Amino acid sequence: MELNSRIPSGPIERLWDETRFNMKLVNPANKRRHSLIVVGSGLAGASAAATLGELGYNVKCFCFQDSPRRAHSIAAQGGINAAKNYQNDGDSIYRLFYDTVKGGDFRAREANVYRLAQISVSIIDQCVAQGVPFAREYGGTLTNRSFGGAQVSRTFYARGQTGQQLLLGAYQALERQVQAGSVAMYPRTEMLDLIVIDGRARGIVTRNLVTGEIDTHLGDAVILGTGGYGNVFYLSTNAKGSNVTASWRAHKRGALFANPCFTQIHPTCIPVSGDYQSKLTLMSESLRNDGRIWVPKQKGDTRPPDRIPESERDYYLERRYPSFGNLVPRDVASRNAKYACDEGRGVGETGLGVYLDFADSIRRLGRKTIEERYGNLFDMYERITGEDPYAVPMRIYPAIHYTMGGLWVDYHLMSSIPGLFVIGEANFSDHGANRLGASALMQGLSDGYFIVPYTVGDYLASNKLEKISESQSEVGNAVALVEQMTQKLLAIDGKRTVDSFHRQLGKIVWDYCGMSRTAGGLRLAIEQIRELREEFWNNLRVPGSAADFNQSLEKAGRVADFFELAELMCVDALERNESCGGHFREEYQTAEGEAQRDDDNYSYVAAWEYRGYGSPEELVKELLEFQYVHPSQRSYK
Amino acid sequence: MRLKLKIWRQQSRSAAGKFVSYPMDDANPDMSMLECLDVLNERLIEAGEDPVAFEHDCREGICGSCGFMINGVAHGPLPATTVCQLTLRHFKEGQELVLEPWRARAFPLIKDLVVDRRSFDRIISSGGYVSVSTGSAPDGNAILVSKESADRAMDAAACIGCGACVAACPNASAALFTGAKIAHLGILPQGKPERDVRALRMVAQMNAEGFGGCTNIGECTGVCPKEIPLEVIAAMNRDYIRGSWRERDNLVTTIRPFTEWSTGSKLKVDRATE
Repeated sequence: MELNSRIPSGPIERLWDETRFNMKLVNPANKRRHSLIVVGSGLAGASAAATLGELGYNVKCFCFQDSPRRAHSIAAQGGINAAKNYQNDGDSIYRLFYDTVKGGDFRAREANVYRLAQISVSIIDQCVAQGVPFAREYGGTLTNRSFGGAQVSRTFYARGQTGQQLLLGAYQALERQVQAGSVAMYPRTEMLDLIVIDGRARGIVTRNLVTGEIDTHLGDAVILGTGGYGNVFYLSTNAKGSNVTASWRAHKRGALFANPCFTQIHPTCIPVSGDYQSKLTLMSESLRNDGRIWVPKQKGDTRPPDRIPESERDYYLERRYPSFGNLVPRDVASRNAKYACDEGRGVGETGLGVYLDFADSIRRLGRKTIEERYGNLFDMYERITGEDPYAVPMRIYPAIHYTMGGLWVDYHLMSSIPGLFVIGEANFSDHGANRLGASALMQGLSDGYFIVPYTVGDYLASNKLEKISESQSEVGNAVALVEQMTQKLLAIDGKRTVDSFHRQLGKIVWDYCGMSRTAGGLRLAIEQIRELREEFWNNLRVPGSAADFNQSLEKAGRVADFFELAELMCVDALERNESCGGHFREEYQTAEGEAQRDDDNYSYVAAWEYRGYGSPEELVKELLEFQYVHPSQRSYK
Repeated sequence: MRLKLKIWRQQSRSAAGKFVSYPMDDANPDMSMLECLDVLNERLIEAGEDPVAFEHDCREGICGSCGFMINGVAHGPLPATTVCQLTLRHFKEGQELVLEPWRARAFPLIKDLVVDRRSFDRIISSGGYVSVSTGSAPDGNAILVSKESADRAMDAAACIGCGACVAACPNASAALFTGAKIAHLGILPQGKPERDVRALRMVAQMNAEGFGGCTNIGECTGVCPKEIPLEVIAAMNRDYIRGSWRERDNLVTTIRPFTEWSTGSKLKVDRATE
């Protein structure tokens, strides 16, 4: 397959304007005649559905949760970047663009990132107008903070609940269109297949999660805003329901999946406390501003932290990275925590944790200042662990947090299946091999409010879409496939629960395709994944029936897809013989132990084409060109 | 630790429900309430029984999916905490925990501890927004908002829509939920143009959904995981009365709010699954 990324040529700052000018428009009176399907109601999905509804299209929006307001975008804490330069500190669209390309370790498309930086300013305006209560200065203007290693203050925030407030803004815009009759909302409805007719995405097959009914919905274009696949690791900071099913089933219908091995680990999460652990809770990275990270120098030192004298502590980040210290980027901080624990110097009952100690800051600044800065985070930590972080150092450990990979899309955010658009975390487009803090919210809203509403229109106006009907064989075949799979899952009637398989799968992926990877480990992982998948299909027990509110059945379908994705992640990680961003191959590191990119051989997007169950996927490369930001080695020494 | 779970089991809306007791002899005090149910469900599945259906998603207290009564208290005994963040160490050794779904006419039951809260979406849909289409916004700093207003709006906007307020209220009123949105948007200059109409429409929809009236008991704010203050209900009532007067020629049907018969006819209530 040939990939055409449809990146226009010319000066980068003119590309999006010219693209928009060259787009064909849909006559306002005709918009109502086009039915569009939006799957997912997070920042990307809700903003797209609302905006397309406002434009006059006939929109159907689907989510598996009981309400569109629950999508996992809601859990984002930190903030949203925008190149407003309100702080007059030298920020600009070009600087945000530069930081994002560099932060992504030179594995993102320049044209996409530049557009994202341009649009960032409109997002803030839109959200303010919707009534998002961003933090303000006493004079009434918007306030900013710096975030994620940026040297300018460009992050807008609403307390520690920025994602929630932005999502509620998009949700309210969506509900306004529901009231207006332009959007029909389908909560508790899961997409289980994509309907492709004459090579174009024309609809979806869904299951009503309350009644179990299988339905089809046809339209002129399908837009997926179904989020990332971090839950392949079982333990992640994602919501329990977050899954790859919509993306994966589209992949099996022909949409290429790009850079699946690019996953991001967040260094400051609350460690696992036992086998029953169901998810990991993230704490804002801002804690590293005043906390010092350390482990005992001695292996297996089980003394309580206050009994370990200063001389027997290893502040390993300060030791290895004297200039950045505890503030090194996410991937570096995470990897070093893993090394400390691998050496047997981890703390806590499981040995999978490192201390984040505020004692020095409390002595220096006073308890009150620390309380003002981090009070809510300290409360949350205490609520979960039962330990008082003012008295005892916090224990933290890295966790999977975001996935940069996703369905491949061109500059118009259209996948390799015409008529299938992919937005937000579900696509691969803007973050390269590593995402900067406060950029996920920006990308979701940029795609949903300001990009896909135009590009979908261009697609509809430039292509003659045949009339289709429910009676076509493609529709019936897709439904039959979904029903077969449901029956198959229920019929196994083995001994093990879905969660037990998911947990085991997650452990394999975490051990071999997590924070650091080796060729040998990845090969082993692929074998183990295949074996476990075999067992899954022979020894799974799903109680209940298909015509029921059946949470085990929902999970079973999602885990089945995670099995296939997990293998592809390992294949992708094995194929990429370099280290970059979130992908760290132990074989490829500098003498100082830093990631070693190989720009001569791996400066491309790895897009994978599905070739049938059990057959190896085929790699299609999209070469990346850097005309503006020249690849350089990251250094935080 | 040992706990005894007494859980409401009901296969579907039309089926009869009953309490079933499950001993948990090896619960871990560090587990969350939901993880305890996970462990129970694994055992039920292995024993060939139907697992307990309960709603959950983010498990960090922000999505608003989870929630049930524990010994008669919505989200259990810990203040400002949803059941997903409630760890078992807050219970006593050997304690019996009675788990029940939210019970309210406007939250019809789906299964076990899961209820249908679409009535909340319909309340938002009736007017809980600022009517500004994408692309038509002025610069973010064009309209100044005092820090105090932004902070007060944020206090109200923190609502996660979980429904605990309704479940805790003896009248099953949704006044705290509805008031939170009316206050959030009414405080900000961006929400002022529609302030009157918003209050009228949202209150009318709330009543039409079958939520009870507010009699200022305050149970709602007591169980609210986000500690939404009771004053949002005062803000709602004020905006409602103000709007009723100013819009008296336009919205006749809604000026008699606290009687059901006056509100239902023109409002859409989708009870398709009933």
